[in-house]
Amino acid sequence: MNTLKEEGVDTIFGYPGGAVLDIYDALSQTDIRHILVRHEQAAVHAADAYARAKSTVGVSLVTSGPGATNTVTGIASAYCDSIPLVVLTGQVPRPLIGNDAFQEVDIVGITRPCTKHNYLVQSPDDIAQTVKEAFYIARSGRPGPVLVDLPKDIINTKVTYKKPKPINIRSYKPTYKPNIKQLKRIVTLLKKSERPMIFAGGGIILSEASNELIKLANTLKIPVTTSLMGLGAFPGDDPLWLGMIGMHGTYRANMSTSACDLMIAVGVRFDDRVTGKTDAFASQANIVHIDIDPTSIRKNINVNVPVVGDCLQTLTGLNEIIQKEDFGNIEKRRLPWLNQIDEWKNDQRLAYDQKGDIIKPQYVIDKLYELTKGDAIITTEVGQNQMWAAQFYHFKRPNRFITSGGLGCMGFGLPAAIGAQVASPNELVIDIAGDGSIQMNIQELATAVQFNLPVKVVILNNEYLGMVRQWQELFYKKNYVWTHMACAPDFVKLAQAYGAKGFRAKKAKDVVPTLKKGLEAKGPVVMDFRVAQEECVYPMVPAGAPITEMLLV
Amino acid sequence: MEKRILSLLVDNKPGVLSRISGLFSGRGFNIESLCVAETNDPGVSRITLVTEGDDMILEQIQKQLNKLINVIKVIDNKEKPSIYREMLLIKVTAKSTYRAEILRIVDIFRCKAVDVGPEHYTIEVTGDEGKINAILNLLRPMGIKEIARTGTIALARASV
Repeated sequence: MNTLKEEGVDTIFGYPGGAVLDIYDALSQTDIRHILVRHEQAAVHAADAYARAKSTVGVSLVTSGPGATNTVTGIASAYCDSIPLVVLTGQVPRPLIGNDAFQEVDIVGITRPCTKHNYLVQSPDDIAQTVKEAFYIARSGRPGPVLVDLPKDIINTKVTYKKPKPINIRSYKPTYKPNIKQLKRIVTLLKKSERPMIFAGGGIILSEASNELIKLANTLKIPVTTSLMGLGAFPGDDPLWLGMIGMHGTYRANMSTSACDLMIAVGVRFDDRVTGKTDAFASQANIVHIDIDPTSIRKNINVNVPVVGDCLQTLTGLNEIIQKEDFGNIEKRRLPWLNQIDEWKNDQRLAYDQKGDIIKPQYVIDKLYELTKGDAIITTEVGQNQMWAAQFYHFKRPNRFITSGGLGCMGFGLPAAIGAQVASPNELVIDIAGDGSIQMNIQELATAVQFNLPVKVVILNNEYLGMVRQWQELFYKKNYVWTHMACAPDFVKLAQAYGAKGFRAKKAKDVVPTLKKGLEAKGPVVMDFRVAQEECVYPMVPAGAPITEMLLV
Repeated sequence: MEKRILSLLVDNKPGVLSRISGLFSGRGFNIESLCVAETNDPGVSRITLVTEGDDMILEQIQKQLNKLINVIKVIDNKEKPSIYREMLLIKVTAKSTYRAEILRIVDIFRCKAVDVGPEHYTIEVTGDEGKINAILNLLRPMGIKEIARTGTIALARASV
């Protein structure tokens, strides 16, 4: 507990059980806030969103066995998205380990491939040092989740608290400072380039480098796209903003990628949902790749200038060099390139047609964006709801869009909204959900009600697992196998049963009034929008195709 | 595809080997052989492993290994001239017609017969992969009962 306090922990998301009773007992003697979730998976998602909304390390505490295994999805999601977490799990007493004891599971073995690192604490004297090390590893370098497994006989042994030593791990020294020679190579390429673009990702948000990114883009008039995880790293209303890249990216972002002669990729890992067919990706461009994790570089895409370093330090260094250099009349030089991009913008914008009574899901997000002035913290589930949120809610600042990007795990949005709301009590937090994924962690409505967290859930209810149905429509000849959710609860009544408020809209004219009512209501609210059943997310690049081969509306 | 011999210095702690083998299986990399033992520093183990892949994969393997918290150092033995050794124990059928011939081979290869019976010899051989394969090929016609073979171990030559 002392170590947790020293690491600045003020909130834990958890669920008690036999193996962690001693920790819970001690927890009640501290002023650390505990949020009791209704499922351990939610404890980790909530801690994940808490970490993002507050730019800190999220903490969850669960018991052994099933408590621990329930955290795995949450941990895997945080691992894919590089979110700093410390997950404390109970374990059976040391003499019972390996005996198939009640609620025993080898959680260190299970989570080895989905944590940045994990520990089984072997002695009571090691607890403080191990927990400190776990926080250090979670937040340094490329952040990630760290699990600490605590056998019951270790945590119920009283030891005198010894302040842990400063962390120095000889085998773990992340590189923050970029190689200056590489920065100069980037500047040389920038000078020669007529059609540069920046592709930014979650690394910008994690290293808080958004301002340096904006500075770089504005100084040299370079258009910017981001990955899903990078949304908010660059203002969504800036003239240089291209929109998101990739499978459901904008026409102009994907076309620019293929036409650019220089791509500065920063804090990204070239996920397959971004690149499509890798051979065709940015094939005319010199690629500069800046990332703190050397394994991200040359994993999927071969690059011309690799730079290992922290995004903030690298971009700051780059901006400093650029200031001293002469780039000529940059406005004039960029004109043809920016005009070309404008043409793409006008040719194919994100379009939908709200005609008649049936609600278009995109319309709901559009109106939500207008009503909240683009200022809410948005969490999402996974699927069409997530993509429409990414396309139609234009994020202006980092850490306003909280989504399970890499793992793409359904059931993320509601617990994430809870975590974000705990982190930011005075902000409006909205979970954009589908009728399928909301049901994966809907029990967390009870958590929201118990802790009076006024999260708003917007369900785009099409009675389908919409994204899967979309693939069936486009690639499986409309053979809708098990994607129709033939039975779903009445979400309004369900919200009420949990003690939350529920509203519903069935017609387009009801969308704005329902959103207003829902957003203004106090406490947790569920809004059920019955939307067009067979609406697809466009543009769409079929998996494995070049990203210029977009299916448009 | 190119074969590569990597030496890793790692923390001598429980679970470290499974982190490494899990990395290979989880990412679809290949381990051809693997040897582990403590070094002169009891806190450190040396793992020698033989793997293969194209340039990008071999680079990725080394980066991923370096990323593991318990891996202190990854040495690519291609970068410096190194000495490579394997050890083989081979139990070969030794009928009277072949007994002298087998011992001649043992002599030529500078290896040792370490166990003998009316119908077999057990021979201990050390050497690089080529030598081990050569003796195996020579003894195969006589009838090999069993073999036990270590993976490759490697150490860089010191400059003189």
